[in-house]
Order: sequence, then structure tokens, then C-alpha cells
Amino acid sequence: MEKKRKDFINSEIETILFLAERINEKNQLALARAITLIENNPELIFHIEEKYKDTLTKNSSHIVGFTGSPGAGKSTLTDAYVVKLRSEGKKVGIIAVDPSSPFTGGALLGDRIRMKRHFTDDNVFIRSMGSRGNVGGLNDAVFGVITLYKLYGFDYIIIETVGAGQSEVDIAYVADTVVLVLSPAAGDEIQLMKAGIMEIADIFVINKSDLEGAHILKVNLEMVLQFSESSKPIVLTVATSGKGIEELHREIENHKIKLKDTGEINERAKRRIKKHAEVIINKGIVEILSDQNLTDAVQVSEVVRDVIAKFCQKHSRVGEKS
Amino acid sequence: MDKKIRVLIAKPGLDGHDRGAKVVARGLRDAGMEVIYTGLRQTPEEIVKAAIQEDVDVIGLSILSGAHMSICRKVLELMEQYNFHVPVFVGGIIPPDDAEQLLKMGIAAVFGPGTPISEIVKKVQEVVGQGVA
Repeated sequence: MEKKRKDFINSEIETILFLAERINEKNQLALARAITLIENNPELIFHIEEKYKDTLTKNSSHIVGFTGSPGAGKSTLTDAYVVKLRSEGKKVGIIAVDPSSPFTGGALLGDRIRMKRHFTDDNVFIRSMGSRGNVGGLNDAVFGVITLYKLYGFDYIIIETVGAGQSEVDIAYVADTVVLVLSPAAGDEIQLMKAGIMEIADIFVINKSDLEGAHILKVNLEMVLQFSESSKPIVLTVATSGKGIEELHREIENHKIKLKDTGEINERAKRRIKKHAEVIINKGIVEILSDQNLTDAVQVSEVVRDVIAKFCQKHSRVGEKS
Repeated sequence: MDKKIRVLIAKPGLDGHDRGAKVVARGLRDAGMEVIYTGLRQTPEEIVKAAIQEDVDVIGLSILSGAHMSICRKVLELMEQYNFHVPVFVGGIIPPDDAEQLLKMGIAAVFGPGTPISEIVKKVQEVVGQGVA
């Protein structure tokens, strides 16, 4: 039994390394298959990180996150932004997350439907993901997928979160630039003063700005931003017509430059790695815990010590390819 | 390791009747699958490329325009060309003779109007199970 499991793990490692080589050669079939493997076993990314350390550290893909409430226009805005990036010849990898059912685990992934015009463009890769139990607005595998996208060599990586309420803020740990998409008629200035999602934006977008209430929202937002002496930009857009996309692009570029000039870009990368590790540790420990057979009532401290010991033992072997 | 079944539901061709596709997408979602819905008026090229990027286990085509023969042939050709091999299902208004032809062509299953969702779910689980083994 133990041997069988070991064989399975070894063949999975071989597969992911085989796929990684193809990804490096810009093979999309391999990229797609590798994402599936990573989604089902996030620790596989260790082997790619190790083998392609130089390529990955040299990579400078800019990671842009789009978040905001359901129906605010995140997918449509992503679509319009990609048109702009493509006009400059940039290669774009997209991760679009939609919620998984807490009851069945199923999901209807419908972000792609807004991005039809890019389906046959080989320089745009779109992957839809269910949130699979993650409550922060993403899927735990996004970190691994980012690594795969970097290996492929996309210039821009765009991550679209699930429709976010007030506290789905994980994108702040992932993206270099966070764009918060708001739309008119979503509440008064008190909503804008609340903690949580309003705090994580680097750029605010008021989409559907052709609708009534857009101007009032902008005035309210400006007022609230003044409290913190924030100079964060506000961009008015109409994603369906492309209005304001030039300006959004400009603001993202400005932010990118600012991150580099201040060295903040490294801080964000570190934050991302820390969160990635946190996700893998949590998942790994919880998995061991749920496999733990408690024959009779024992003390919590015993269980904790046991589980941690098993986790340590497992990870002391990672990378040795035994 | 919870491998989820991923299905692409697409509507190739020019008809605008997507209720059937939506019902099936919803049914598969409720059966615990991840369903990628790409919407109306898709070309075979768009469908196959989307299926590749999403690494789906099954493709479901909903066709009510009568163009099923040529659309399915094209989809299968492209899958061959891109070296992407997964079962393809077809749902819609398909005359029995054509259904037979489609199965011969390499379509995995044809579902007509009134097919219970449970039957489609079962068939998807069945072919995916075979594919993995």
C-alpha cells in the first residue's frame, strides 16, 4: 500500500516536470493539464519552483487583480482591458474564479462568456476555476497557477475574484495591483467607509458610469479617500463600450512604475509567497488531521503534536525525490 | 485529492435557443461538477480552444439549428488536429438517423428533448470514469 502510494507520487512528479518542459516551450495543452494537476495537488509546484528557479526569478509578469461585487462588470472590464494589452502585443494569462457550491462542490463558471473575442487568440489564455471551499474570494491553487503562468511567460497575469462582498480580500495577498470595481447604486458613503474590501484597492473603478448615480458615487468616494489622505486614482468606465479603458490602463502602468520605484514590488512578492506557504501548510495539516484515526478519546495536545510531527516528516522529504 | 469533473457546455452555430444548454449546465453543477458555460454562437475553433485551456473532461454541444452534422465533424477534426481527446456529447433536436451517424463519427452520446438530467449526469460520470482508468 505504502509502496503503491509512493509510485503514484513519483509518477505525478515526473508528469508535472514533463509538462513544465512543454510549458516552457509555450505549449497550451501542457499548461492546461498542469493547472489541473496543481489544482488537485498544490504541493507539486515545489518541484517546478526548484527546477526552474532562475527562469522564475527573472520573470517580471505583472499581476493585476480585479475584484468587486457580483455583476459589477469584472469580467467585461477584464475583456476590455485585455483588448488594450493585446493592442500593445502583450501576452496575457487570465484566472477567473467563480464560487463553488458549499453543498455539492459543483460550480457554474461563467466569466469566460464575457471574453469570447479572445478565444482564438493564442496569446490569451483563460482558465476558469471554482473557489473550492476558499472563502477569501479565490481558489487556493491560484498561487501555483501564477507560477505556471510565469513559466509560460505571460507579460500580464489577470486574476478575477469571485463576486466579492465586504470581506473577500485575499486578492490583496496575490496581486501587484488591485483594481476594485464598483458600480452605481451600491450604497451610500457609509458603505465606502467600512473596513475590508475598500482598504485593499490600489485603483478604484466606477464601472457602468453611464448610469445614474455614477457621479454621486465618485464624489462620495473622493470624500472618503480624503480622510486617509489617499491619492488612489478613481477611473470612470463603461466596460461594454470600452470607455475609460485607456485611462485604467494608464493608471495600472503608473502603479506598476510606482511599485518598482519604491521597491514595494518586492514586498508584494514576499507577501504572495508567505500566503502561498500559509495555504499549503493549512491544507496539508488539515488533510493529515482528517485522516487521523482517533481510536479513543485522547487529549488535544497529543493530536496536535502527532499531526505536526507527521507533517514535518512528510516535508523533510519533499524535493529529495526519494 | 478531490478530482472534480470539468465539463464545457457550448452552443455552436447560429440558433439562439440556450434554455436547454442552461438546464444541462445547472443540472451538472448540482451533481457536483465544474461547468464552464461559454454561451451562444460559438465557432468550433472557439469551442475546442476553450476546452483545451480549461482542460475539461467532457465537451457538451447544444445544437438546435439542424447544422449538427457539419458542426460535429468540424469539432472532432479540430480536436484531432490539436491532439486533444475527450468525449463529446451532443444535445438538441437530432433526427434518429443523424444521431446514428454522429455516434459513428465519434460522438460519445446524443441526447434528445426530454432526456432526464440524471441520465446525462450518469453518462458523464461513466465516460469520465473510463477515461481515467
